[in-house]
Amino acid sequence: MRKVAIVGVGMTKFGEEWNRGFRDLILEAGIKALEDANLSGKEIDAIYCGTMAPGPLIGQEHAAALLADWMGLNPIPSTRVEAACASGGVALRQGYLAVASGLHDCVVVGGVEKMTDVPGPDVISTLGGAGDEEWELFFGATFPAIYALMAKRYMYEFNATEEQLAAVAVKNHKHGAKNKYAQFQKEIDIKTVLSSKVVAWPLKVFDCSPITDGAAAVVLMPLEKAKKIVEQPIEIVASAQASDTLALHDRESLTELKATKIAAKKAFEQAGLQPKDVDVAEVHDCFTIAEILAIEDIGFFEKGKGGTAAENSLTEIGGQIPINTSGGLKACGHPVGATGIKQAVEITWQLREQANSRQVKGAKIGLTHNVGGSGATCVIHIMKNPAKF
Amino acid sequence: MTNIAITWRRIPERYCIIGSICKTCSTKYFPLRKFCPKCRRKGKMERYQFSPRGTIYSYTKVYAPPAGFELEAPYILAIVKLDEGPMLSAQIVNTQNVEIGDRVEMVFRVIKRDEPEGLIHYGYKFEKITD
Amino acid sequence: MQKVGIVGYGCYVPIYRIKPEEIARVWGEDGERIKKSLNIEQKAVPDLDEDSATMAVEAAKNALVMAQIDSQNIDAIYVGSESHPYAVKPTASIVAEAIKATADLTAADLEFACKAGTAAIQISMGLVLADMAQYALAIGSDTAQGKPSDALEYSAGAGAAAFIIGKNNLVAEIEATYSFTTDTPDFWRRQHAEFPSHGGRFTGEPAYFKHILSATGGLFEKYGYRADDFDYFVFHQPNGKFPLEAAAKLGLEPKKVLPSLVTPKIGNTYSAASLIGLCAVLDKAKAGEKILLTSFGSGAGSDSFAITVTDKIEQARQRVKKNFEFYNKREVFIDYATYAKLKRKIKTL
Repeated sequence: MRKVAIVGVGMTKFGEEWNRGFRDLILEAGIKALEDANLSGKEIDAIYCGTMAPGPLIGQEHAAALLADWMGLNPIPSTRVEAACASGGVALRQGYLAVASGLHDCVVVGGVEKMTDVPGPDVISTLGGAGDEEWELFFGATFPAIYALMAKRYMYEFNATEEQLAAVAVKNHKHGAKNKYAQFQKEIDIKTVLSSKVVAWPLKVFDCSPITDGAAAVVLMPLEKAKKIVEQPIEIVASAQASDTLALHDRESLTELKATKIAAKKAFEQAGLQPKDVDVAEVHDCFTIAEILAIEDIGFFEKGKGGTAAENSLTEIGGQIPINTSGGLKACGHPVGATGIKQAVEITWQLREQANSRQVKGAKIGLTHNVGGSGATCVIHIMKNPAKF
Repeated sequence: MTNIAITWRRIPERYCIIGSICKTCSTKYFPLRKFCPKCRRKGKMERYQFSPRGTIYSYTKVYAPPAGFELEAPYILAIVKLDEGPMLSAQIVNTQNVEIGDRVEMVFRVIKRDEPEGLIHYGYKFEKITD
Repeated sequence: MQKVGIVGYGCYVPIYRIKPEEIARVWGEDGERIKKSLNIEQKAVPDLDEDSATMAVEAAKNALVMAQIDSQNIDAIYVGSESHPYAVKPTASIVAEAIKATADLTAADLEFACKAGTAAIQISMGLVLADMAQYALAIGSDTAQGKPSDALEYSAGAGAAAFIIGKNNLVAEIEATYSFTTDTPDFWRRQHAEFPSHGGRFTGEPAYFKHILSATGGLFEKYGYRADDFDYFVFHQPNGKFPLEAAAKLGLEPKKVLPSLVTPKIGNTYSAASLIGLCAVLDKAKAGEKILLTSFGSGAGSDSFAITVTDKIEQARQRVKKNFEFYNKREVFIDYATYAKLKRKIKTL
C-alpha cells in the first residue's frame, strides 16, 4: 500500500444557497480543490462522490455521472458513494483505497447535498431513511427522535444535563463564528439553546444540525508524488470504517457508538498513535449528544465525562482537545453528503495552519469522524502534516 | 398510494409481535430474521411469539413529527425492551409522562393512514401498566 | 337441542371523555338540561389512532384471555359496526390477523346500525349449532358519529365488545333468541355522508320502543318466558333514558336495568352499546342468574336474547383484568378543542 496525501481542498459556503443548485455547488468545490492543488484536471484518474439522497431531494440519481459531465472530466470513472450522513467520509475512504492500492494516481473526492429544493418535512422523511424505515421510521421515529433516545438514556446513566448538551452547541457556534464558510456565524448562549423549540425532548432546535446546501472536495495523490506538487501535502495516516445495526434499538448500548469505538481503535493502530496525540478533530455532531458520545468513543474523554468536558470548555480552541473548529455540523452546517469531506478540508487547513482566527496553534495531527445514521456506519481518518515531523 | 406489499409482508410482526428464535443459539430476534447473525449458516430460525409486555429502556417526546404523524404530535416514542430481551421502537399511548423502567403492554392501534384514500396501517403501540 | 353460548367476552373503551356541558358550551346550549334530559354524564372519545378495528381487536383480546382457547380454533369472525374504517375492505380480517386466527376461517363485516353486533352473535350461534364452526367471534365496535351541534354529538361515544360463541365451557348459555325487523327509517347515513341523519322524535316510539318491546315480547311469547324470569335486562342504550323508559313500559323495576346502563358513562357506542351493557352485567352476575338482552338497530330491528349465567363465570372473569370497570375508571377529560381534533372535526384536518 502506498502512502496517500491530500494535495488540494475546496468547499462552498455552507447554508441556504437558494441561488445555486446541486451542479453549481459540486462544480465550485471541485474547481477550488483542483486550483488549490494547482492541477489542470487532466491528471485526474477517477472521481468518487459522496451524496446521500439526490433522488428524493432533487429528483436526480446517477449523480456521479452528472458530476464528471459538469466538471468536464469525462470519460474517467466516476462513482457515487452512499452511506447516509457518512457518505462523504466513506467516499474519502474509497478514494484513499484507490490511490493507496496503486490503481489510481490522482483522485478527486467530492461530497455534496442540495437540501433546500424540497419542503422541510420531505427533508426530514428523507433523512429518516438513514435509520430503519420499517422498524423505526414507520412507527413515528425521526432522526432527532433517535438521537433523543440516546440523549435520554445517556442522561439517565450518567446524570448528564440538558445544559451539558447545550454547551456543545454554544461551543460549536463560537467556532462557527470564526469560519466564513459556516452556515451560522453567530455566537449563542446556553439560554438560547435551552429556550429554543423542543424538537424531540430533550433535544431542542439548537441541539440539532440544520438543513444545509453545500459541497466540498479534496484531491488525493500518492504522498511521494504529492511532495513534488504542493508544499504541504497532508498525509492520511489512517482510514478505518466499521458497521453496526441499522436500528438503534438493536444496539447493545444506547450510550456509545460501537462502530465509532471500533473504527477509532483500528485507526489509531494503523497510525501508531493514541487519542492524546491528536491536536484537532472534526467529529460528527449532527446532534449535541452525538458530539459527547463521539469524544468519549474515540477516546478523548472517559465514558460519561463528555458532558462535563463540553461544559468546562475542554473542547474549545485553546482547550485540551479542540473539537469541531469549523463549527461542526451544528454551526458550519450539515449538507449530508458533503460533511465528511468538509471535515477533511477543515483538518487540512488546520494542519497547514491556514485556519485563520480559528487556527489551533501548531496542529500536527488531526482526526475526522463521520457517522452514518444513528451509528450504523462510522468512518475515521487520521491525518498529519509530514512537514511538521 | 404508498407501500401496500411492504406493509402486508410485515403484518405478523406489526400486529402480533412475532419474531424469530435461533434454535442453535437460542437467541430471540425481533423483527423476524431468516438468518441468525450469530450462528450464520449454522443457525436454525423459527418463528417466535413474544409476550406483549416490556419495560421502557429510553424515550423521547416528538414535537417535530415526520409526514403522516402531524396530528399526533407531541407523542412519546420509546425503546421498549420486551420481557424476552429484544428491543423495539414504539409509541406510548394513553399517557403524557413515562420514565425509564416503566412497565408497558402492547395495544393495537393505527400507526398511520395514507390520506385521504389510501391504506390504514395498523400495528403495535404500548401503554403503561402496573403488573 | 345442544347448548350454545358465551365462552368468553371482553370489552374496550377508549381513555378520553368529554362532558355534555363542555359540548354545550361551544353551541350555546344549556349543558345541565341536556345532561339531565339524556341522562349522560360523559362520553368516551377515541384517540386519533383508534378506530373500530383497533377497538374490536382489544375487546377480542380480552375475550380470548377469558376463554383461554387457541385462537386458531375460531372458525368465524363477524364485526358489526357503522364506522368500519374502510367502506370496502373488512374490519373482520384485520381482527382475525391481529388475534392470530387466520387463515382457516370465514369472516365478514356486518352493518345494521346499532344492532350489527347482536346480529353477529346470532350468526355465530347458527354456525356453532350447525357444527360449521367450533368457535365464532362476534364483535360490535363503533366510533360513533354525530354531527357537530346535533343532539347526537352529546351521546355518540366509542367502544367495542367481543363475544366468543361456542358449545363447551360456557360462562353463559344463550337459551333463545328472537328478532323483530321492519323498514322504519328513523336514522340513516347515506353512502359517502360523513355524519348520520335522524328523524328526531320519530326515533322514539315508532322506532326504538316499538322494536325493543316487540322483540322482547316476541321472545317471551315464543319461548314461554315471563319478565319475572330475568334478573337483569340489557337494552340498547342510545342515551341514559330510553332503557329506563322501556323498562317502565314492561313494568320492570329500574334496578333490573341499572346494572347494564353504561351509556351515562361512555356514551352511546352504537353497535357496542347493548353489548358493553351485557359485559357490565356479566361482570357482576352470579351463576344461575338470567339476563334478557334486546338490542336495537335503526332502520329498524331488535334482537332479543335469553341468557343464563353458568357456574364457570366466577373463575373465568377473574382472568380478565381489563373488564368494564377497568375501562370505566380510566378516564381523561378533554375540552371541545381537543375533541374536535381527535374526532378530526376540524375540516382542514
